[in-house]
Amino acid sequence: MRLIAARGLCRAFAGLPVLDGVDLDVEPGDVMAILGPNGAGKTTLLRILALLLRFDGGTLSLFGDDARGRPASAKRRLGWVGHESACYPDLTGRENLEFYAALHDVADGTQRVAELLEWSGLDAAAARPVRTYSRGMLQRIALARALVHDPEVLLLDEPATGLDRRAEAALDALIGMHRARGRAVVLSTHDVERAAALATKVVVLHHGQVVWRGSGPGDAAAIAAAYETATAGAA
Amino acid sequence: MRAALVILRKDLRIEWRTKESLSSYGVLGVLLLVVFAFAHDPTPTEAPRLAPAVLWVTIVFTGMLGIQRAFAVEREQDCMAGLLGAPIDPAAVYLAKLVGTLLLLAAMQVVLVPLAIVLLRLDLGGALPGVVLVLVLGDLGFASLGTLFAAVAMRTRAREVLLPVLLLPLVVPVVIAGVKATQAALAGGLADGAEALRVLAVFDLVFTVAGWLLFQYVVQD
Amino acid sequence: MRTLENVLAPLCMVTMLAALALVFLIVPTEAEMGIVQRIFYFHVGSAWVTYACFFTVAGASAVYLWKRSPTADRLAYASAEVGVLFCTLLLITGPIWARPIWGVWWTWDPRLTMTVILWGIYVGYLMLRAFGGEDESVARWAAVLGIVGVVDIPILRVSVRLLSGIHPYVVGNEQSGGLADPWMQVGLGVSALALTLLAGWLIMLRARTERLAHEVAVLQRRLEMRAAAP
Repeated sequence: MRLIAARGLCRAFAGLPVLDGVDLDVEPGDVMAILGPNGAGKTTLLRILALLLRFDGGTLSLFGDDARGRPASAKRRLGWVGHESACYPDLTGRENLEFYAALHDVADGTQRVAELLEWSGLDAAAARPVRTYSRGMLQRIALARALVHDPEVLLLDEPATGLDRRAEAALDALIGMHRARGRAVVLSTHDVERAAALATKVVVLHHGQVVWRGSGPGDAAAIAAAYETATAGAA
Repeated sequence: MRAALVILRKDLRIEWRTKESLSSYGVLGVLLLVVFAFAHDPTPTEAPRLAPAVLWVTIVFTGMLGIQRAFAVEREQDCMAGLLGAPIDPAAVYLAKLVGTLLLLAAMQVVLVPLAIVLLRLDLGGALPGVVLVLVLGDLGFASLGTLFAAVAMRTRAREVLLPVLLLPLVVPVVIAGVKATQAALAGGLADGAEALRVLAVFDLVFTVAGWLLFQYVVQD
Repeated sequence: MRTLENVLAPLCMVTMLAALALVFLIVPTEAEMGIVQRIFYFHVGSAWVTYACFFTVAGASAVYLWKRSPTADRLAYASAEVGVLFCTLLLITGPIWARPIWGVWWTWDPRLTMTVILWGIYVGYLMLRAFGGEDESVARWAAVLGIVGVVDIPILRVSVRLLSGIHPYVVGNEQSGGLADPWMQVGLGVSALALTLLAGWLIMLRARTERLAHEVAVLQRRLEMRAAAP
């Protein structure tokens, strides 16, 4: 079953199209990298997939169901990390995770939170307010937040921004693990090498349209070439 | 609703942690009341008529700030997206914020009302239960629409100005009826304020339901 | 749409001229209040139009929330603007009439208070539109406000009646004692019609202007984008 099936997704802001007919298929085991320069529509696309934003045209089906009504059943199986952590600065790391566990009605919430804190290496910092966290720690707590309800599809918007080498490696490991469990990850990036290294499917987005598609952990050169031509081309 | 309780608990915990609203708005309310008391300085016979007006104006102004607090919390770090991405009804957020605001208003009034009694030389007699009833109804009316429009103002640039501009004309019935009912209660008979109480009750019912229904259109992009 | 607009404009002009003729030339002077009473014909018409406009805002807002139709959105915006215009006229013609009759420019009579508050609500609507920022969602928020405003109207009417007390309750000025002369009734009807047609025409004009402005902005932005890309 396709986890995500999008056809002709369109979204305009103040009359200008930001997404102009995007087709996507995400299957279990996929790691999809959405490559594109700034302003290509990556964030908009991910927010639409996360059911945080309406789409104006086209169809979107999540886990086999029409997503137009933003069904709670779909939200239960999605995890999203945006540019900001969505964690309350005045609460501690643990309190944030416990809040989201309760919000998502996770069984054995406390247990799950403890596991996540350990996995993300934030155990020591768990009792400190999120306000005191570094960029890397913020990213980790955000990921933990997104994983609290054990979603099938992870939607990550430029997850590697501001991460050091070690944190990046941890992120890659997470993505690999998720994929190994037969789940899926959709992430956006403008880092071609990263996309090539991680992804099973690569989609190049430019001016709201898919201008190139590839699959398989890649041939970095091919992807880079495609990215160059696609983005250097006509406006 | 379960989700609403979870969110409310979270908000109370944050408020407790920072103690931002209570202290600053509480102080503001006290100062306003003191200024009004200087400006008015009513005699004991005038007091029952003027004091309710002063009290309610103070409540409205401090309430306006308190209401904004409910959503200011969600602005940082795009936390609103965290709430909306969860498998909950957006109306649960409305309910949680509404109750949170009510608690804040109640806490402020616990300080302001005794202070008003002292500064404005009110003689309560047995009027306290009546006054409390009026305050509860008035707070709900104010908060029902306030929560809805605070969510709107949260996303705009001129939010400190826009919220009062939008909200004040709409909550005029609450102010009018609230003052009338408080006057009646202080004058010895809440029965005289029956019509005012009815207005408050209807306002509360209509706009809590309206807020509940319309909230999703405000927050869901 | 254009044909309707093109028909409406001359129709409006004709009825307006008829109304002016009636009100200032044909209708007899009212016994008690004298010449100044003639303003009543436009005052009442303005009141009716104001309410009609605000109800249109609510209706169009509801349609917008349901269908997300840009036309509904523009209709709501235009109706709010025209509604505020006529409400302002109401607040101006009122005191002009009141001064010679009652001796005061203003009183906190329930009906007058109601008008001021209504004006406040929809000026707020216009401010939200103007200062709500660039966010796409402004149309949605304005729609919510448009609906809430109308729902508040009946509650406002009742609560404003609580206000009497110190101030002299001025008896409702309009239908006082009915209109004696049949020509007066004709005058009222025609001027109300004229104002309604005027409002309708203004709304259509405004909605069309809004659409054109939006299209220009979109084209402009497209041009900028094209210029920015190498």
